[in-house]
Amino acid sequence: MKKTLFDKVWDSHVVERSENGPDILYIDKHLIHEVTSPQAFNELEERGIPVFRPDQIVATADHNVPTQNQHLPIKDALSRKQVNQLTINCEKNGITLYGLGHEYQGIVHVIGPELGITQPGMTMVCGDSHTSTHGAFGSIAFGIGTSQVAQVFASQCLLLSKPKSMRITVNGTLKKTIQPKDVILYIISKLGTDSGTGYFVEYAGDVFENMTMEGRMTVCNMSIEMGARGGMIAPDQTTFDYVQGKEFAPKGSDFDKKVAYWKTLPTDEGASFDAEFEFDAADIGHMITYGTNPGMGMKVTETIPSLQNDSFEKSLEYMGFNKGESLINKPINYVFIGSCTNSRIEDFRIAAAYIKGKQKAENEHALIVPGSQQVDAQIRKEGLDKVFENAGFELRQAGCSACLAMNDDKIPQGEYCVSTSNRNFEGRQGPGARTLLASPLMAAATAVAGKIIDLNS
Amino acid sequence: MEAFKKLNSTAVPIQIENIDTDQIIPARFLKATDRKGFGDNVFRDWRYHKDGSENQAFPLNNPTFSGQILVAGNNFGCGSSREHAAWALTGYGFKVIISSFFADIFKGNALNNGLLPIQVSEAFLEILFEEIQKNPNTHLHVDLEKQTLSIEGSDRFETFEISAYKKQCMINGYDDIDYLVNNRDKIIAFEKKNS
Ligand code: SF4
Repeated sequence: MKKTLFDKVWDSHVVERSENGPDILYIDKHLIHEVTSPQAFNELEERGIPVFRPDQIVATADHNVPTQNQHLPIKDALSRKQVNQLTINCEKNGITLYGLGHEYQGIVHVIGPELGITQPGMTMVCGDSHTSTHGAFGSIAFGIGTSQVAQVFASQCLLLSKPKSMRITVNGTLKKTIQPKDVILYIISKLGTDSGTGYFVEYAGDVFENMTMEGRMTVCNMSIEMGARGGMIAPDQTTFDYVQGKEFAPKGSDFDKKVAYWKTLPTDEGASFDAEFEFDAADIGHMITYGTNPGMGMKVTETIPSLQNDSFEKSLEYMGFNKGESLINKPINYVFIGSCTNSRIEDFRIAAAYIKGKQKAENEHALIVPGSQQVDAQIRKEGLDKVFENAGFELRQAGCSACLAMNDDKIPQGEYCVSTSNRNFEGRQGPGARTLLASPLMAAATAVAGKIIDLNS
Repeated sequence: MEAFKKLNSTAVPIQIENIDTDQIIPARFLKATDRKGFGDNVFRDWRYHKDGSENQAFPLNNPTFSGQILVAGNNFGCGSSREHAAWALTGYGFKVIISSFFADIFKGNALNNGLLPIQVSEAFLEILFEEIQKNPNTHLHVDLEKQTLSIEGSDRFETFEISAYKKQCMINGYDDIDYLVNNRDKIIAFEKKNS
């Protein structure tokens, strides 16, 4: 039988398949962080169950850490307690932790790939919905709840029914300056936020084949924003080249053996999907969202649609926008370049290339938050820090930061923020904050202009 | 986990689509390291105005509506995987959530916490909203064994889907950990075969 990439990886990880029941699915790698793990550790302890495979777990502190003065104790008492609890739990259970101060610390979905922990053909989970990011390598990676974190602790397995499969194909050539973020925002705007529920998505076609690993990660990252549990892209030479040489990647002949296996993973010609969608690369423009879910996006040159729907209207009211309005020339006081969607070195290179020699607008608060200490180091090595600082941008230390505003990095009540993160939900970047999702290039351009502009004019 | 078989209760309607878990429990309340106390902050930013006063227009603050069932618009629980959303809802006292569509992760989290997500047709959801608005004392009856949701005092009902395995877990109050730990031999055998 012809199999999809997803079938191949899933089927090879099934410990037991029960008739009409869920599969026992084996998990190769389990990433954890401070916010969704403490209750799982408690649960195990209460039930007297040890962590089954501590070697297959990697921990970091990212969601709730400050992005300034990381060498000092965390000021907020609750945050400090939560981060300390992670350290205690990892020590007690023999789990590797890249905590604050460690050169590998960073957003869990940035460090997995950059350390070579993420590899094609794996199953990976994390108590965070954007675990879908790792699917860029041709792995099955998805977010889980805390009860499931406890299940993986206890057994290195999950009980799951196999999801349906969807393929989204984008063929053709992207217009110059169109970013991977534009591609995924475009797809979600066309399909809607619940279109992927119950599915695992494979992204196929020229556009993804020609994308860098960073771009593929941006795309797979946002799969969850259309409801899909995860997204995948077939591993190819671009993938192998990225993985090779990374700290925890296989070395020497082991690597060659793995590559030979990884080459068998792509979807068989003629394999069938439960749902298929196709888009033309030429139709994709610079995207921006205008509402309070990631599906409410449009090309920046378009106007806000006029839908008759209470939820739609409630959303526009929150954003302070009107039906039929254009966002071009909207003054924006806040820009955030960061989050697991767009905080890899390539994202900062793109932003810096645009910013170089320019200045941020006077009204602008422009925050740059690298995804990891390693990205931070690379920014400095390439001298991008100077570009940002000279232009008046503020470069912070690694963490989730204003993506979810658990720490002090919040957008004030009522303010607009053009953000490279993945969620524009009400209050996501702070109570009353209004988020407009866009690519790092659009964000950089907004910061320089002090308002939303059309990059093509 | 608490066992669940039947429930008869009035319901609280929140007629909003795409309610994400950031609204159910905002991120700033996720700093706790145990499962308790989230109920106080469920729908925090919709329940309170910016100045801290109660938003009387929000159904949870409206004394006309009460009960252990929440009826909500399409695509409930999308967004963040935070299980805190399920803890906040159960902490507040809900045992059943009804919607015409649930996001995957939320649905799993709910089931793992003895909170039953019931997916109904859009037409039936409309009827539920109408009935509850018309008569807030409308009782809904949930029978998990028969997989039915009915409006008491009327012949209106729908059957709902739930996986046979999850149904047994809910009815008996078991969870996946018990099941998986009992299968460790098979898991170890799988590891050996693949190493
Ligand atoms: S950057 Fe944002 S979306 Fe990504 S893991 Fe952190 S909080 Fe979640």
